Amino acid sequence: MTVFRLTDSTLRDGSHALAHQFTEGQVRAVVRGLDAAGVPVIEVSHGDGLGGSSFNYGFSHTNEKTLVQAALEEAETAKIAVLMLPGIGIKDDLVEVAGMGVEVARIATHCTEADIAAQHVALARDLGMEAVGFLMMAHMISPEDLLEQAKLMESYGADAVYCVDSAGAMTITDARRRVATLKAGLDPATQVGLHAHNNLSLAVANSMAALEEGVDQIDGCTTGLGAGAGNCPTEILVAAFEKSGVDTGVDPLGVMSVAEEVVRPLHPTQGVIDRDGLLLGYVGIYGSFLLHAKRAAERFGVPTTDILLELGERRVVGGQEDMIIDVAVELQRRAAEAAASQT
Amino acid sequence: MSRIPCAIVGPGNIGTDLMYKLLRSDVLEPAAMVGIDPESEGLARARAAGVAATHDGVDWLIERAGDFGIVFEATSAWVHHLNAPRYEASGLRTVDLTPAKLGPNVVPTVNLEAHLDAPNVNMITCGGQATAPIVAAVHEVTGEVPYAEIVSTVASKSAGPGTRQNIDEFTKTTSQALEEVGGAGIGKAIMVLNPAEPPIMMRNTVFCALLGGFDETLIAKSIVEMVDRVAEYVPGYRLKSDPVFDEGPFNTPGGVAAGRVVALLEVEGAADFLPSYAGNLDIMTAAALRVGEAMAGRMA
Repeated sequence: MTVFRLTDSTLRDGSHALAHQFTEGQVRAVVRGLDAAGVPVIEVSHGDGLGGSSFNYGFSHTNEKTLVQAALEEAETAKIAVLMLPGIGIKDDLVEVAGMGVEVARIATHCTEADIAAQHVALARDLGMEAVGFLMMAHMISPEDLLEQAKLMESYGADAVYCVDSAGAMTITDARRRVATLKAGLDPATQVGLHAHNNLSLAVANSMAALEEGVDQIDGCTTGLGAGAGNCPTEILVAAFEKSGVDTGVDPLGVMSVAEEVVRPLHPTQGVIDRDGLLLGYVGIYGSFLLHAKRAAERFGVPTTDILLELGERRVVGGQEDMIIDVAVELQRRAAEAAASQT
Repeated sequence: MSRIPCAIVGPGNIGTDLMYKLLRSDVLEPAAMVGIDPESEGLARARAAGVAATHDGVDWLIERAGDFGIVFEATSAWVHHLNAPRYEASGLRTVDLTPAKLGPNVVPTVNLEAHLDAPNVNMITCGGQATAPIVAAVHEVTGEVPYAEIVSTVASKSAGPGTRQNIDEFTKTTSQALEEVGGAGIGKAIMVLNPAEPPIMMRNTVFCALLGGFDETLIAKSIVEMVDRVAEYVPGYRLKSDPVFDEGPFNTPGGVAAGRVVALLEVEGAADFLPSYAGNLDIMTAAALRVGEAMAGRMA
């Protein structure tokens, strides 16, 4: 009997790593493979959720609703999930995807701002979808404060609440404590989830520790395809759990095939944790900033590392991608001033 | 000339900040603060400032509507939907600071003169007041902005419960204003709350899609001039850097754009009520004051 539910987010979080350029054909191939391997939930959206296609986050190659429709057509047993961030997406988006047949709506806020999701969580429930509260950047607050925000999500009607390590900044102890605190403090009927990133090479370990604390849902992405240094690699998570005697309900060889043959070719170097990826986790910066910071570094002639460190100093949160331009312009100006003062 | 007596409905953050600005106005007089909670801190602040305060709600105001010239609605959109017909029936001119959008959208630097005789004008949102002028400035010199997008980030502490519970109203109302007031073909607004301590100042980033052959110098000059004009009534409104131009192509919802201009803006509040980080409060109330004063000019 499976003891937790796996959600694969290759087609949502993985969208960040591909600058939101997924095609319909790629989505169909990934869903077919994951569905056949027994993955129970597959998330499909722009990386920044419904409505994320923008100058600020990157325009989608293919309209996300087209991608969601393709996923719904391919999935025989898997449920299709979407992500939406209040402030970026709107309720109309939820109504539309519910009508299409999406069964799980994950409503994401920064970990201290759950109250902006009240209407969206309630609406998702009213529309007959499973509603998941997705508390991002959860490393930034204590387990107790996270519980308070999780209780708000629960009060709006969330069926499950996630601890989301958007920066890949959590140690094993950090993840364990947060999951344990949520499990102990929420209603037993409310499920608890963990969404891990791999910046510190701990995503699988954190997910396994979370299961020991009773976590009900775990996220992965095939090959780890995702923001920053990448996510918890689904195929490795499944293999590690199965070797530990945990029934995942997913065929390890099947999911390895999807990872290797369908997803790996899209991004051959996925899984390499380079200095910038590590720095995100070490400093605690929103993972999806990475590609934007690399682009701004090139555009303005300043080091990516300096941009990331300055973003950390300013305590920017997910969604503030515009501040990457602001920081790069500022660093360029400072460098020019320093050069001028030396002559 | 005697000042036009005004009522503020809603003694929350916005209403209170507006009251302090009205107290300094040569044209308008804050004659009443209207609320519904006898324990309201905002009503107590009004009394302390020498402004008549009532917790008897809009009924109180309607009974003596003849004593007032203009009402500033600082409640929430759904409350304004209930109140607006009563104001109009009583002959009260309304400046609406909620996102109810019953009247035309007004940004003082763009279309103030166009709607001075409307019975009800809408102040859009803080993000709209901060960004629609920039889109209009780009539109003025390019003739076409096929797509405009804004990101408005405010300190968590400066976003009241009305905003937080109705964040879709912010994004939808602001998006619409980018089109109607800014002149964009398609508008998109994004709102982010940042809980950092000490609180961050309000930040707004405006992206405008540009068609081929755009003139960077002309566009930058138009943006800078517009910022100066907004800063006349919101002194803390400023560009963080020169406008940034990027070559595309960009596959925007308004079609493929050859380039884009990015304006990075900051709004430092005047700290009339909330501290200076709450520039979002300041830009709404300062714009509403400017509209109210212009209306008063017509009424006098």
